[in-house]
Amino acid sequence: MEIEVRFELNGKDVAVRTDPLSRLLDVLRDGLNLTGTKEGCGEGECGACAVLLDGHLVNSCLIPAISLEGKSVLTIEGYRDTERFAVLKEAFAGTGAVQCGFCTPGILMAAEAILRRNPHPTEEELREGLSGNLCRCTGYAMIVEGILLAAEKGTGIW
Amino acid sequence: MDDISRPIRRFDFDEKIAGKALYCADVRLDNMLHAKTLRSTKARARIVSIETPPLPEGFLVVDAGDIPGRNVVPGYYDDQPFFAQGTVNYVGEPILLLVGPDKDMIIRLLERFRVTYEEMKPVLTIEEAEGAGEGFIFGDKSSFFTLEYSNGDPDNGSLHSARIFTDEFRTGLQEHAYLEPQGLLAVYGDDGICVSGSMQCPYFIKEALVRALGWPEERIRVIQLPTGGAFGGKEEYPSIPAVHAALAAVKARKPVSLVFDRHEDMLCTTKRHPSVIRLKSYVDVNNRVIGREVDIRIDAGAYAGLSGVVLQRMMFSCGGVYDVPNLKVTGKAFATNNVVSGAFRGFGAPQVFFAIETHMENIAGALNLDVMEFKRRHFLHKGDTSSTGGIFHNEIKLDEIVSALERMSGYSRKRGPTGPGNGKLGGIGFACFFHGCGFTGSGESELIRARVRLKKYQDNTVEIFVSSTEIGQGSLTTLRKIVARTLEVPIETVKHTYPDTDECPDSGPTVASRTVMIVGRLLREAALEMKRRWDEDTFDVFREFRFPEHLAWDNKTFRGNAYPEYAWGGNVVSVEVDPLTFEVEVTGIWAVYDIGAPVDETIVRGQIEGGILQGLGYGGMEVMQTRDGAPLQASLTDYAVPNALDFPPMEIMLMDNPFSGGPFGARGLGELPLVGAAPALALAIQNAIGRKVTQLPVTPEIIMEMMKRGD
Repeated sequence: MEIEVRFELNGKDVAVRTDPLSRLLDVLRDGLNLTGTKEGCGEGECGACAVLLDGHLVNSCLIPAISLEGKSVLTIEGYRDTERFAVLKEAFAGTGAVQCGFCTPGILMAAEAILRRNPHPTEEELREGLSGNLCRCTGYAMIVEGILLAAEKGTGIW
Repeated sequence: MDDISRPIRRFDFDEKIAGKALYCADVRLDNMLHAKTLRSTKARARIVSIETPPLPEGFLVVDAGDIPGRNVVPGYYDDQPFFAQGTVNYVGEPILLLVGPDKDMIIRLLERFRVTYEEMKPVLTIEEAEGAGEGFIFGDKSSFFTLEYSNGDPDNGSLHSARIFTDEFRTGLQEHAYLEPQGLLAVYGDDGICVSGSMQCPYFIKEALVRALGWPEERIRVIQLPTGGAFGGKEEYPSIPAVHAALAAVKARKPVSLVFDRHEDMLCTTKRHPSVIRLKSYVDVNNRVIGREVDIRIDAGAYAGLSGVVLQRMMFSCGGVYDVPNLKVTGKAFATNNVVSGAFRGFGAPQVFFAIETHMENIAGALNLDVMEFKRRHFLHKGDTSSTGGIFHNEIKLDEIVSALERMSGYSRKRGPTGPGNGKLGGIGFACFFHGCGFTGSGESELIRARVRLKKYQDNTVEIFVSSTEIGQGSLTTLRKIVARTLEVPIETVKHTYPDTDECPDSGPTVASRTVMIVGRLLREAALEMKRRWDEDTFDVFREFRFPEHLAWDNKTFRGNAYPEYAWGGNVVSVEVDPLTFEVEVTGIWAVYDIGAPVDETIVRGQIEGGILQGLGYGGMEVMQTRDGAPLQASLTDYAVPNALDFPPMEIMLMDNPFSGGPFGARGLGELPLVGAAPALALAIQNAIGRKVTQLPVTPEIIMEMMKRGD
């Protein structure tokens, strides 16, 4: 059985025909060919598939399509056109926050979720906010420093 | 700071941060099919029958019968099949591949396959393998490899009067847990087969495809795609799914994408070798270790794989950073019905440095000596010989490393009896270590013979052609830096993309901390020649590795320079252990390394911090046990790797000690940071709880058992 689900995706209204139990991750990747959102574990543990749902950080592998009706979804494909992304990008470049890159889109969504609530987080608050996003390449410090630097450089935009 | 060390923006940065880098699972091709593997659910069995459900149109099965060449993964003994034929030897061994247009339908159909097994008694531990008199997996032998060597005179009579100290250590499995699961994509066309995907070693895959397909090399092409972490887990393993995908593409005449899910990946891919390591040391009246015996036993799993070379690295590293005149080393890699153990960053060194560092500390403790001073008195120096009798030709700055660590961490002051004063048990641990850079023994000169190609175009741009892969470690940036700096041209004029075997010569696999030191050095040599000929229009320069004349290695006697060069390091870790819950909080991490000169300080820092974190995970968190041969922790929920909250920031320092044989003074780096972290953590815990740590990982559960036993 397929249903039609309407929601806002990266600022535009979309209507998707899908199995109601399809994962948001598959709706994005397979249905809409938005492959910036990655699948790392498929059980909500690694954060590689993190997106913002009505402004909240969620793992898209745990969100069924049927629950999307009327909601707003932001993925890296939408986020990368924003000023906030540009600030985070330059900060990450400087601190070496990207290695293999597979966790990076999810980390950026987590960073956005943290900074929205708290534009000037402490390191401890940042680490808490990132604790649902695994990175196996860095020691996290270079990511944390990147977000702290972005928060400083981007004062006023969050 | 040397110009080469100054950080620059990574060349793979922009596409990765924007989510535009296309990893294997992101590639969509017309008519592309998906595939999933039917795997053994038994550790050891004969396959009696396989019942295939009716398949809808467009779905097909690929198995051993579809292999036109040889059903043998290239390896030391050629003992492992691409697809099981008649028997299975571990849980997760591939039996067949189901291919079709719809991923969900493939999963539903796979559940309807019925495999009837006739189970055989499996061999599940090192002890079972060692004790078995029959029922061997590997011919008439319990082990794939049995090796030994000695140095000096280990049967020396003077040892008889010495005091003897013994220890036994055990280490468990470690899972790579790269964020991107294995993924390969095969496309079949008039020119032959092209396999692209997530990998460390394109030429390993090419060799496997040649073997399985039986086709000429010209019809086989391998291209790396952006790769989401590897750490050794994409060294030898991807050859198997690459062949599966290729066979499917040939049979279906359509592109086939084979991407693992996390559970499958953790169930069936290679892991770090579990080990049992025994040490026996002879100490004279001057408190000097004058002799040592080391026995290393590892669980290779069901097939030999890379266990022979892992065992060699363990045996050539187990002397540690110490000069011990008489040494005897024995090693065995046992055949069991566990998942195949394989390459993992450090390649055996993390196990043996845990053992030797803890053993040295235990000896110092028993003799009531200052640990740092005791270790220091045994340090290797320039001009000394290694455990295999090879001369250390270059400056060894262990004393400076230890002095720096002492300054940074306050180790000796904190080692004292004062606790943290908050009711917790405080402890601090110190480990020093090396990592042999490049292939073991004659590997670089005989097995690999790395080649590089550098091309100059008419417009004065230059392109790098090497088979070294970008796996997050920064090779698309560091190798460009070496070439641009040598040619003295703007780095933007140097092109370098993910390797393609049709364009790139075999520079060897991207393993063994060799990419910058070995391949980078060859590129520097090529660039020097290019610079001399710069006025010519368009030309290629090739370079091939030659074994340095001042080094020698005898693979029969294990005598000589086991490695072209070594990188060195020291770590200190401090902990507080909760006396009620036995939870361990790491309160400080200090690390000093001699990696020669850093090629890009930011990339180097990334390698170091990530390596330390994997080492701390290995030492204290990452538990993977097996039951009936199957991993009990086959998900990232059950197998916990470090997150952003688990460990505090690290304080890191680099020794300035350029290596004349490396490009711009660089030694190997990638593996070294993982090697020393676990022993430093284990010793911090040992000193906090006043009990000898004898196994990794040392988790709160293990600490509780030790405290209850009172040992």
